[in-house]
Amino acid sequence: MDAIVVDGLEKTYGKDTRALDGIRFSVPEGQVFGLLGPNGAGKSTTVRILATLTKADAGRATVSGHDVASQAGAVRRAIGYVPQASGVDREATGRENLLLQGRLQGMRGADLERRTGELLETFGLADKANALVKTYSGGMKRRLDVATGLVHRPHVLFLDEPTTGLDPEARAAMWEELERLAAAERLTILLTTHYLEEADRLARRVAIVSRGQVVVEGTPDELKRELRGDAVTVELDGADASRAAEVARGLDGVHEATPDGRRLYLRVEHGAQAVPVILGALDAAGAGVHAVTVSRPSLDDVYLHHTGREFRADDEGRA
Amino acid sequence: MNVATETAYLCGRVLRNLSRQPIWIVVMVVQPMFWLLLYSQLFRRITDLPGFGTTSYIDYLTPGIAVMTAFFSGSWAGMGMIEDLDRGVLERFLATPASRGAIVFGRILESSIVATLQAVLILVTGLALGATNGGASGWLVILLASFLIAAGFAGVSHGVALRTRQEASMIAVAQFIGLPLLFFSSLLIARQLIPSWMQDLSLLNPVEWAVRAARGEALPGTDWGEMGVFLLLLAAFAALTTAFATWSFRSYQRTL
Repeated sequence: MDAIVVDGLEKTYGKDTRALDGIRFSVPEGQVFGLLGPNGAGKSTTVRILATLTKADAGRATVSGHDVASQAGAVRRAIGYVPQASGVDREATGRENLLLQGRLQGMRGADLERRTGELLETFGLADKANALVKTYSGGMKRRLDVATGLVHRPHVLFLDEPTTGLDPEARAAMWEELERLAAAERLTILLTTHYLEEADRLARRVAIVSRGQVVVEGTPDELKRELRGDAVTVELDGADASRAAEVARGLDGVHEATPDGRRLYLRVEHGAQAVPVILGALDAAGAGVHAVTVSRPSLDDVYLHHTGREFRADDEGRA
Repeated sequence: MNVATETAYLCGRVLRNLSRQPIWIVVMVVQPMFWLLLYSQLFRRITDLPGFGTTSYIDYLTPGIAVMTAFFSGSWAGMGMIEDLDRGVLERFLATPASRGAIVFGRILESSIVATLQAVLILVTGLALGATNGGASGWLVILLASFLIAAGFAGVSHGVALRTRQEASMIAVAQFIGLPLLFFSSLLIARQLIPSWMQDLSLLNPVEWAVRAARGEALPGTDWGEMGVFLLLLAAFAALTTAFATWSFRSYQRTL
């Protein structure tokens, strides 16, 4: 059975901010699934609907077999929700946060005590269990957030941008915790992230989300394999790159050429070999070049490849 | 799991957090005593005028200061709600099966408990200054009036907080209603000394209901019927504003 089924969810904020536009995907039980996309793509909105915090305008979704709109209570008992912005109480200790969360989930007595101790241990918070959360480092606070989502042993865990804002060291530590967690607790985890690396490391399957829809879904390897080679960005002197794109498409070793205003994005077999050829061809065609950069494929490129738009362009929407 | 248990847990959380703020505690303890001392000295000779029903201003003033303190405690309560809202604490609660009502009730109960504890302090201070306030039953009525008036204005405050979601707006509203409601009552001065149109209007003021109920036994000539009516009005006011806060909470949820 699928632990999460999302079927054509739509959501519009205000008059014309279209956050979700028929998003559709499903996650089998016990799998870690990554929703990948820039801010404003609709990832958080999707998670918030699944966590029963907000309602979709159209479409339906189930979590652990319960409809998120009509069986919100059952969904809330089945899920752990770790929001993007930490929701822990800064004026309370780590232990108090976990105890209250467990009580609100209906846990009591020895079972709650045991589970709290276990989580503090697992997440390396035992030493600071009785210190106020406001004295925690960013990484510790985030680990407490995740622990809070796990107190009542949920079937499904939602992690909304679990490592955004963490320094690289804390991020690496968090990844280790999450990997261990996924293996040990047999949880279904829905992870949203805008780090390709994070999805690559943690998720078995990934869906790339853009403007409220899934544009491509697959394992991280499948997605990367599609993008072998290098990314070349050419900034032109002239105003329009579409002529230049036509020229570049005819060249050997160029897989793809996407114009975007004065910029030209290329996917090539081998960057260093392709650049002189491209520059020569553009020069011959009379297109003046301002700058050229070569890079390894990144999320930007996966995103560009599947949407024809630059990653940052979606950033202006709602997070 | 029922609403009462959840309310207790959520209220306990806020009280515990407050108990860790030494400055907050000092101000909450000292300020009502300070009001009592200051006003009782400032207006000491005022009972030379007729209409107070007593020649001891401290007897007249103590129930009023308890009500005033509870009123302030309630009116500013929404600030805590805004903080929880900004820090994502409310959302975390909302993703649990906990009752939505308990989230609001816990906060309102917090103000009432703080106000009642302050009222106890005020009564003890008053006693030290010579105000007996009608003994045990008088004390109980003062505590009850403090509890209810704090709940009533906490309901207003949380409702406003959940609608404006901005500290500056919240502060503006609390200040706007604060002093006018205090002065539109017989809290500091005998009712007979207030212009009669103000006396009439003050009957619409929940602060006046609380003052009249709280003072009922402190002064000679207790009218239990009148006190009962004012206490009932206060309870109705608290129920109404709690409903307003809960309703505002729903409308906040819809905007998520």
